[in-house]
Amino acid sequence: MRRQVPLVITFVAGMLMIISYFIPRQPFGGLQNLFNQWFIVIVAFALILGALNLIKVNAEKIRRKRPGWGYSAVLLITFTVTVISGLFWGMEQETVFGFIFRNMFVPLGATMFSLLAFFIASASYRAFRARTIEAALLLIAAILVMLGRVPLGSYIWRQFPMLANWIMAFPNMAGQRAIMIGIALGTVSISLRIILGIERSYLGGGE
Amino acid sequence: MNQRRAVFLLFLSIVFFFGVSTAAQQNAPPAPPTEVKAFDNPNDAGGTITITWKKSADDGAGENDVLGYEILRSMAQETGYGPIGTASLGATNYVDTSAVDRVTYYYRVAARDRESSTLSEETIPAVASPQWFNRRRTNMLISVVLFSFLILWFIERAKRGEKLFIRPLAGLEAIEEGIGRATEMGKPVLYIPGILDMDDIQTIASMAILSRVAKMVAQYDIPLLVPSKMPIAFTMAQEVVKQAYIEAGRPDAYNSDNIPFITMAQFGYAAAVNGIMLRQRPGTILYLGAFYAESLILAETGSSIGAIQIAGTAMPAQLPFFVVACDYTLIGEELFAASAYLSGEPRLLGSLKGQDWGKAVFMAFIALGAILETLGLHFLTGWLVTW
Amino acid sequence: MNLFDRLKNIDRRTIFVLIALSVLIPLFVPIKLRIHVSPPAQGLYDAIDRLPPGSNVLMAFDYGPSTMPEVYPMTLAILRHVFSKDLKVIAMALWPEGASIAQDAFKTVAEDEFHKLYGVDYINLGFKAGGLVVIQAMGTSIPAIFPTDQAGRPVEEFPIMKKVKNFDEIEMIVDLSAGDPGIRHWVMIAQARYQKKVGGGCTAVSAPAFYPYLQTGQLVGLLGGLMGAAEYEALVKHPGSAIKAMPSQALSHAVIIILILIGNITFFVERRRSRKQG
Repeated sequence: MRRQVPLVITFVAGMLMIISYFIPRQPFGGLQNLFNQWFIVIVAFALILGALNLIKVNAEKIRRKRPGWGYSAVLLITFTVTVISGLFWGMEQETVFGFIFRNMFVPLGATMFSLLAFFIASASYRAFRARTIEAALLLIAAILVMLGRVPLGSYIWRQFPMLANWIMAFPNMAGQRAIMIGIALGTVSISLRIILGIERSYLGGGE
Repeated sequence: MNQRRAVFLLFLSIVFFFGVSTAAQQNAPPAPPTEVKAFDNPNDAGGTITITWKKSADDGAGENDVLGYEILRSMAQETGYGPIGTASLGATNYVDTSAVDRVTYYYRVAARDRESSTLSEETIPAVASPQWFNRRRTNMLISVVLFSFLILWFIERAKRGEKLFIRPLAGLEAIEEGIGRATEMGKPVLYIPGILDMDDIQTIASMAILSRVAKMVAQYDIPLLVPSKMPIAFTMAQEVVKQAYIEAGRPDAYNSDNIPFITMAQFGYAAAVNGIMLRQRPGTILYLGAFYAESLILAETGSSIGAIQIAGTAMPAQLPFFVVACDYTLIGEELFAASAYLSGEPRLLGSLKGQDWGKAVFMAFIALGAILETLGLHFLTGWLVTW
Repeated sequence: MNLFDRLKNIDRRTIFVLIALSVLIPLFVPIKLRIHVSPPAQGLYDAIDRLPPGSNVLMAFDYGPSTMPEVYPMTLAILRHVFSKDLKVIAMALWPEGASIAQDAFKTVAEDEFHKLYGVDYINLGFKAGGLVVIQAMGTSIPAIFPTDQAGRPVEEFPIMKKVKNFDEIEMIVDLSAGDPGIRHWVMIAQARYQKKVGGGCTAVSAPAFYPYLQTGQLVGLLGGLMGAAEYEALVKHPGSAIKAMPSQALSHAVIIILILIGNITFFVERRRSRKQG
């Protein structure tokens, strides 16, 4: 029973989605929107579960004085402050929540994102080695595109930007397309396995 | 010099002549739109009627003073017309979205200039109705049926016990090896299910793989860490791992604290996972699912702690980052195939074989299309695009 | 450890310091660089340039603060172009943080530089959750999905929205995006289903994925990352933060290229050595 009910729901919902793609007539045509709305509602409830779990795991860590429990304390304090300020004074620009968002959340996010610049450098130094002919080709293409995408390249050779653009618009695009088509077919195949209940391990456990 | 002066004089006289002639003319009412047709908008859920017409002779030509069109509708012939909308200059169609199904409507289109407007002839009656099939998606239907048939056929063959050859994927063999290595070192395995929720197929695929991975890990006494970014994926991950541990006969080894929810903020999540890596030093890290800009931030940190890293995603933009920073990367569709591979179950493997054949059919079509287009024959493309 | 060994295994921290310096130094030492305009950027510029004055341009702000350094400069450059051509801008966001970014951008360009009127020349419809679903719904009715502007005033109060029913009244869509929902979805719905002109700008990382759409003409133009923004700033002849940052970008690219070359040279030298020994 426990296994059958979700499988039946999956089958019915999946089939309805496919049918609604081909039949514009109501009630089929509007099903996708309806299901999307349901999903948003479920997400909201699951988010509450998630927040509770976050509190539980971190409170437990503090109680048992596990290594790094200080971070958990920071998390719980900032969590409480943010929730309370948002609940009681609103979330507009000029509120406490707005202040936290603009002056703490945003810069912290930007800091994490900007780590990319450093990590791209260290990763490419370590990994971009011409070990094989394919790797060498990749390496040459990467350098050409990098040179073409900054003004520096056109100082070295005027045609660099054109060359970079050619690499982007043809070899890159052909590769992207191939990957996209493969992904699309893979998606259909796994969707079919899931709708028909052949693949069921995502429901927990195996066969 | 003389020549220039002559051109200038000619120009002046043209300007003068036209200035006089237009000033002398009265502004005539615009010519009406012609061949006005109204018909049920095809392939929709009803409630819409399409109206098409030929431009007024004064739109872009003639007096060239038409400002736009007004669409009028009535439920009776020759009387009771009221405006329902406007269309811009140069437009030749309008979709009336306020029609009620099974009601008869008549339409007229008026061309409008600054001073007056001229009505077109009345259309023949039109009735809106919902359709049972979107004919523009016939091509889709055919390919879905064909593709599904191929997959089901190979599943059937596999069920009958036929041995099907499927090319091995190095990345997947590495998963088992990676778990083994982590066990030898007594370090945890870290599993990142991507940053999208269960409405993304990549996350579903990831959960299927997580189930297989959890079963392998459950055999050994090492922790499996699964931090989640999305709420539904989080509850799902807990359930999947728990079930897998039960099926592996190790329910005692399951610890829900190892499968926490972190935050829905993208970089907050990345920071938290980086923290987990640096503190808990996992021996093997698996990145399987949908990733965005955090891909390299995670993978590069993982590489700095010397973990074996295996990634898989269907996000083309993130593949290069995983390829440079990880030991193995499953590219696109390989992520979707992974769970079937790991299961070794014939029916699942059969579906992969079917998928490969489907791909072959698509490749044949692409090659054929390219050849035909190069030869200047457009019927195949035309059919595929319009149907 | 000799020099060769050091070059072979440059410490991560050394690399990080080099990158930091290559980004920081050019910010303090102004250098002027020539900007080459790529076809995708030119395509976007031409498409906007050809719109008749008074046309409605829908601008979707589908990005958040973390990608602002890349996408915001192009937002400003595009707005400058749009307002200089007397086009009308209807702004909206599929990302929650996008709505307030639009507000800031309008403050800078529309109010302070062009003295445009809110509600007449531009409007900010704010954020709506749902991504793809929102775009689909806009095809049927924009006022139905955005009944009010960001500040909560009914849209029918504003002259700019008086005649806007759905995509029919929108001449072009410009999506500024940093991921999903973003350019892909606008192309899928607004272009494929409603045949609207769609152009956009995105982070440099995601740009390669959109080249197939450029080639098929489903995207009229594309700005990729800071470079794309600099190209547009050059096109509208209003140098901003992107052009200013170009020297940093150029130098850091050069540092990365040099690092890759060092990595490869040491790799080859070592391989030759080990072959000789073997």
